[in-house]
Amino acid sequence: MDEILRVSHLQKKYDDFTVLDDVNFTVKKGEVVVIVGPSGCGKSTLLRCLNGLEEIQEGSVLLDGAVVNPNKKDLCKTRERIGMVFQSYDLFPHKTILQNVTLAPILVKKRKKEEVCQEALALLKRVGLLSKKDQYPRQLSGGQKQRVAIVRALMMQPEVLLLDEITASLDPEMVREVLDVVLSLAKEGRTMLIVTHEMQFARAVADRMIFLEGGKIVEEDETKSFFEHPKTDRLKQFLQTFTYEDL
Amino acid sequence: MNHTVITEYLPLYKDAFLLTIRIGWMGILLSVVIGMVGCFITHFKIPVVNTLVKGYVELFRNTPLLVQLFFIYFGLPKIGINVPAEICGIVGLGLLGGSYMAEGFRSGLEAVAKVQTESALALGMTRLQLFTHVILPQAFAMSMPAFVANIIFLLKETSVFSAISLMDLMFTAKDLIGLYYNTTECLVLLVVFYLVMLLPVSLLGSFLEKKARLSVFGA
Repeated sequence: MDEILRVSHLQKKYDDFTVLDDVNFTVKKGEVVVIVGPSGCGKSTLLRCLNGLEEIQEGSVLLDGAVVNPNKKDLCKTRERIGMVFQSYDLFPHKTILQNVTLAPILVKKRKKEEVCQEALALLKRVGLLSKKDQYPRQLSGGQKQRVAIVRALMMQPEVLLLDEITASLDPEMVREVLDVVLSLAKEGRTMLIVTHEMQFARAVADRMIFLEGGKIVEEDETKSFFEHPKTDRLKQFLQTFTYEDL
Repeated sequence: MNHTVITEYLPLYKDAFLLTIRIGWMGILLSVVIGMVGCFITHFKIPVVNTLVKGYVELFRNTPLLVQLFFIYFGLPKIGINVPAEICGIVGLGLLGGSYMAEGFRSGLEAVAKVQTESALALGMTRLQLFTHVILPQAFAMSMPAFVANIIFLLKETSVFSAISLMDLMFTAKDLIGLYYNTTECLVLLVVFYLVMLLPVSLLGSFLEKKARLSVFGA
């Protein structure tokens, strides 16, 4: 498989505080990589560095060989190719659901409105929200909003999709409807980089797992061996916190 | 209260009223233009002018309109520029209002959640697309209350125009009291005319505030 994303020696600092330190990894086309780790370990910051929402101090992020750099003029072009969904969905409150998902393709990609709308309706139908197309974000539940946010990102036809704790602010019964959408995207071969705390979901969706702690990659492995045979004590300890068998 | 006095004064008040709203609204229009340009400059942090705008806002927000008017009305002729009193009033009100409007619009822009910016940028939008399609509509609704409050404030501030010999409502009332001592009638008329000028603005303002908020945020 071809490599789509390469992160090398990435370092991110806020003043004197190092958030990410010498992070290296690659993502292949069609691969689903899940990043886990304790709160504050830099998972979200890492994703934000990948589409230039954060400046990095050292190292590089390459998308299909091209540098992602917050100071470069072509950053907008790069961002078109990397979709991102945030924890708090952040739909545009003054736009209907259909307008929310079609705004960027029409505005940024200068595509024809009719064509974009048709595509949008098909995607909304797929996530079960066709009936909501003319409603406003405020009329939707958290899970519905998050599914719309996924559609909005997909509408830009990104080569890589970044999902940043997309179920973290949802009620438990809404988590499933969102994760089902992500699972179906994984099945159709989307390249995704996912930050999540849902371990069971991670196990189901990931091809490869990355364990991040203190801004460093502590362990990286194929999903099965990551969960079944963790090599470092720290990962063993971390995975332990998600099981209740010993109680 | 003497009713004949009131009917006698009414035409004078009417003229003063028309002058007050004319100068008042022209000044407000100017202040909106200044405010928009000013807040655009500070929002995009355009070098050099950004600092100038900040200085302007602080200068005009922290000095009374009367002092500003005196500077324009008595100061400009000293350096050879003669400006009619009416223009002085409009410019004075426009400059004072501009500083308030700039701050009001800025508060609206800053109230838009940061993550709205990020999600728009993540979709590949340029700064300008982000501003016009995402930030501005939301900021507009959020700065409406400040905008309406500023308009009412500026309309009331017109009462100091009398100091530069503009025959506004305040001037007319003071003049008539000085001439005929019908203090009660004059003051009642003054209050009534100010209410006639401001109440509709206030009511329409709250209506528009609600409407803007509803259409953008639904609550």
